[in-house]
Amino acid sequence: MNGLIGKKIGMTSIFEEDGRNIACTVIEMGPCVVTQVKTQESDNYDAIQLGFVDAKEKNTSRAMQGHFKKAKTTPKRKVVEFRDFDIVEKSVGEEIKVDEVFEEGDIINAIGTSKGKGFQGVVKRHGFGGVNDATHGQHNRQRAPGSIGAASYPAKVFKGMRMAGRDGGTRVKIQNLEVMKIFPEQNLILVKGAVPGHKGAYVILEK
Amino acid sequence: MDAIKFVNKELSKKNEHPNFRPGDNVVVSYKIVEGSKERIQAYRGDVIQVKGTGETKTFTVRKMSNGVGVERVFPLSSPNIVKIEVLKHGKVRRARLYYLRGLVGKKARIKEKTRVGFKK
Repeated sequence: MNGLIGKKIGMTSIFEEDGRNIACTVIEMGPCVVTQVKTQESDNYDAIQLGFVDAKEKNTSRAMQGHFKKAKTTPKRKVVEFRDFDIVEKSVGEEIKVDEVFEEGDIINAIGTSKGKGFQGVVKRHGFGGVNDATHGQHNRQRAPGSIGAASYPAKVFKGMRMAGRDGGTRVKIQNLEVMKIFPEQNLILVKGAVPGHKGAYVILEK
Repeated sequence: MDAIKFVNKELSKKNEHPNFRPGDNVVVSYKIVEGSKERIQAYRGDVIQVKGTGETKTFTVRKMSNGVGVERVFPLSSPNIVKIEVLKHGKVRRARLYYLRGLVGKKARIKEKTRVGFKK
């Protein structure tokens, strides 16, 4: 997978030639620095490791400091590995920019950490229908999960039963988004539709 | 935020429209595509709200059509808006004129403003 690390800026909308209004996410992509190159000989698989956004040295562990020193770059906040990165040949310490990896019209995937929703009920968390009746003997049950299993046999609630709990804040991949526009000088990319995460969150785009 | 402003500036088509406010009576000339044919439809009514900023700015125009209230939301930077004409400036005291929805006949009129001072 070829890809880059970016930062979500926010959303806006653009107009197409035929007047259609399209919601887009603006993402600041890279430039990312190659921090490590893994090959078949050294690691038994091909991969490239990229770093994004400068970090303070005091916030970087000694081990990572050594790692970045070896790549001859400053410490980075976000480090991600991309397997079988084959679009551009880069060696350690070199920068990769948006337009080297993506083109307008590309179909890509976006990976990010979704917004945390806190403790949520079953209707929001798993899309349950709830109880649709307010009358017919119902009371306080409009968003209840309903039955969670039979009684004396099996005499337990099965593992993995969908219930209320923490929602959001997990790694989410949105597939098949279209690249609408690229501004190479500003390192900006416009992606059709929404991308997981809050503004300022790290986003990985891959194609 | 600056990046979004930059993107909007780069991609906006720069259509110049006159300034208007909620309460104004406007005619919106809107391009409609029917199959392969194109025609321009004029929609006249009172602006009851202006919402959003930059490229995502929209305004709502309300009119009475055969005794039925019709509201239409236009994106201000839409390329389908050929022209906006301001016929009257209205004298109103609020930015969202939702109260007009509950009024009919003479009560639903907006008084015309005689002296108009726009900052821009």
